[in-house]
Amino acid sequence: MNDNVFPLGKEDLLKAYRTMKTIREFEERLHVDFGRGEIPGFVHLYAGEEAAATGIMMHLNDQDRIASTHRGHGHCIAKGVDIGEMMAEIYGKITGACRGKGGSMHIADLSKGMMGANGILGAGSPLACGAALAAKTLGHKGIGMSFTGDGASNQGTFLESLNLAAIWNLPMVFVVENNGYAESTSVDYATAVDSYADRAAGFGVPGVIVDGTDFFAVYEAAGEVIRRAREGGGPSLLECKMVRFFGHFEGDAQTYRGEGENEYNRENNDCLKLFRARVTEAGVVDGGELDAIDSEVLAAIDKAVEEAVAAPLPGAADLTTDVYVKY
Amino acid sequence: MARNLSMKDAINEALDQEMSRDPTVIVMGEDIVGGSGSPGEDDAWGGVLGVTKGLYAKHGDRLMDTPLSESAYIGAAIGASTCGLRPVAELMFLDFMGVCFDQIFNQAAKFRYMFGGKAETPVTIRAMVGAGFRAAAQHSQMLTPLFTHIPGLKVVCPSNAYDAKGLLIQSIRDNDPVIFCEHKALYASETDVPEESYTVPFGEANIVREGSDATIVCYGLMVHRASEAAETLAGEGIQCEIVDLRTLSPIDTDSVVESVENTGRLVCVDEANPRCSIAADIAATVSQEAFSSLKAAPQMVTAPHTPVPFSPALEDLYIPSAEAIADAVRKTMAP
Repeated sequence: MNDNVFPLGKEDLLKAYRTMKTIREFEERLHVDFGRGEIPGFVHLYAGEEAAATGIMMHLNDQDRIASTHRGHGHCIAKGVDIGEMMAEIYGKITGACRGKGGSMHIADLSKGMMGANGILGAGSPLACGAALAAKTLGHKGIGMSFTGDGASNQGTFLESLNLAAIWNLPMVFVVENNGYAESTSVDYATAVDSYADRAAGFGVPGVIVDGTDFFAVYEAAGEVIRRAREGGGPSLLECKMVRFFGHFEGDAQTYRGEGENEYNRENNDCLKLFRARVTEAGVVDGGELDAIDSEVLAAIDKAVEEAVAAPLPGAADLTTDVYVKY
Repeated sequence: MARNLSMKDAINEALDQEMSRDPTVIVMGEDIVGGSGSPGEDDAWGGVLGVTKGLYAKHGDRLMDTPLSESAYIGAAIGASTCGLRPVAELMFLDFMGVCFDQIFNQAAKFRYMFGGKAETPVTIRAMVGAGFRAAAQHSQMLTPLFTHIPGLKVVCPSNAYDAKGLLIQSIRDNDPVIFCEHKALYASETDVPEESYTVPFGEANIVREGSDATIVCYGLMVHRASEAAETLAGEGIQCEIVDLRTLSPIDTDSVVESVENTGRLVCVDEANPRCSIAADIAATVSQEAFSSLKAAPQMVTAPHTPVPFSPALEDLYIPSAEAIADAVRKTMAP
C-alpha cells in the first residue's frame, strides 16, 4: 500500500464508504419495496447525493444539531440514526424511530442531534438557527446546520435565517443541496442567481460551492465552514452541486428529465463509484475491503427490512398519546 | 406580600423572576429591548407598550431584539427550545402569526407527536390580542380559536394581573409550546398580585362570580364585560355565574358543565369571530354533555363575522358589549 494522500485515515475512509453505501442501499431497497406497494405514504430518496451528507457529517458530533428536509434518509444515516429504527418508521411500525407517528418525512433522533426531517420546505433553517443559538447561549461548542434543496433555498425562511444567523453571529452552517430540480422545476428557471453561494454575500456571509458528488471536496469544504462556526467565526453557506438518481418522490415518472440523464449520471456522476476509484487507485484501500463492506451493508439492510416487516403496528391506544406532556 | 399591580407589570415581574430563577430562560422579540444598535438608550422601549421595560438592565443579553423576521426568530425560539433553552418569544401582535404560522402549527405543535414523544418544545410565544385600540383589522384580532384548534399547542388568555403572572410562569415552565395571549385593553387593569413567584395551573377555570340562574362562559376582556352584565342583571333579580376559562387549551369543560347543571342556562361570550370560535366550542360541548340540564338554548355573544373595523363608531359596535351579554342572558330566561 502507498502512503495515504487523503485528509482522513484509512479507518475513516472505510467509515465514510460504509455510510455512503448504507444510504445508497437503504434507498435502492426502498425504491424496490415501494414499487411493490409495501411502503405507505410518500417517500423521497437521497440516492446519488450520499457524498454530501457523509462528507459533511463526518465533522459533526451528537451535540451538533441538524435540521433536515423531506429527502432526509441520507442525513439521518450519516448523523448516526439507527437504520433499523428508520426502516421500521418508514413501515409505520411501533418500533420506529418515532413510534410510527412520523414516517419517512419526519424521522428524528434528538439524541443523535437529528432535529427531524421536515415536510415543510425551508422550515428547518430557523429551527437550526435556534439550535445554534442554544449552543451559543449554553456555551458548548456545538453548531446548528440546516439542509435545504435548491428549491427551498428560495423560501423566505431560508433567507431570513441567513440574516438572523449573521447578525447574531451564530455557529451555523447553511447547506444548500442543489440537485438541479425543485420537484420537477429546474433551478435555472426558479432561481434568479447562478449560484446560491452568491446569495451569501448579500448577508455578509461566506458562500462556498463544492462538487457534491466528490466526497473529498465536500469533506474539505465542510470542514472549513464547520470549523469557522465552531470557533465563533459565524455562519456560512455551503452549496453542494449534486445529482438525484430517482424522481422527486417514488412514483415520479420524471418526464421533466432530459433523455438519458439518469443513465448518464449513474455512469459518470455516481459519488460511490468516484470514491471507490479514488481510494483504490491511490492504493490506500483495497477493492476487496470495499466489497466486504458492500456485503455487510446489504445484510444490514436486509435485516432492517425483515425486522420492520415483522414488527408490530401501533395500537389504538397510541393514537392519542404524545400530544402533550400533560393535558 | 401582595400589592396592587397592573397586568403589564405582572407580566414583567413573571419574566423577571423566571429569568432570575432559570438561566435557560431567554426572551426575544421585535423591540423587546428597543434601540439595539442605535445611538440612543440601550433599553429604549422595552417592547412596543413597555411590557419588558427594565429587564435588559437586569438580564442583559438574555433579552434579544430581533430583526423584523417573524418566521426566523419564532422558528429559532422553537428550535432552541428543543435544544435546552426555554425561550419566551414575543410576537408583538398575534395578528402577525400569518407570517410565521408554519413554525408554530407545523413545527412546534407537532414535534412531540410526530417524533413519537421524544421531543420537548418548551417555548412560550407571547402576543397582544384584542380590539379597542383603534388599531384596525391587522392589529386587533382575537385569534385564539385558530390556535386552540391545533393539537399540541396550549393557549392561555388571562383576564387579570394575578392570573397573568401565575399563568405566564406556568407557561415558561411547561414543556409544551404555549401561545400566551395578552389583551392590550387589560394591560393597565390592576389586581392584588403576590410578590413571590407562583403558578396558576392550566385547565382550571376560575368562577369569578357565583349565581344560580345562568352561566356565562368567557375569557380575557370579556370577563369584565360579563361582570358588568351580571351586575345589571342582578338588579333585575337574575343571578349569573361567570366562568373565566383562563386557558383555552387545555379547557376546563368540567367546570362549565358543572355550572350549567346548576343554572340550566348558558351564554358563551367570545371576542373572536363566531364561526368555529371558543363560544361555539363551549356551546357544542355543553349541548352534548349537559343537554338534559338545559332549560333554554345556549346563546353565543361574539364579534360579528367581519374583520375588525377602524372607525371608533364601528369598532365599538364590533366588540361584544355588556348590554349584548345581558340581552343574551335575558333571552335564556324568557319563558
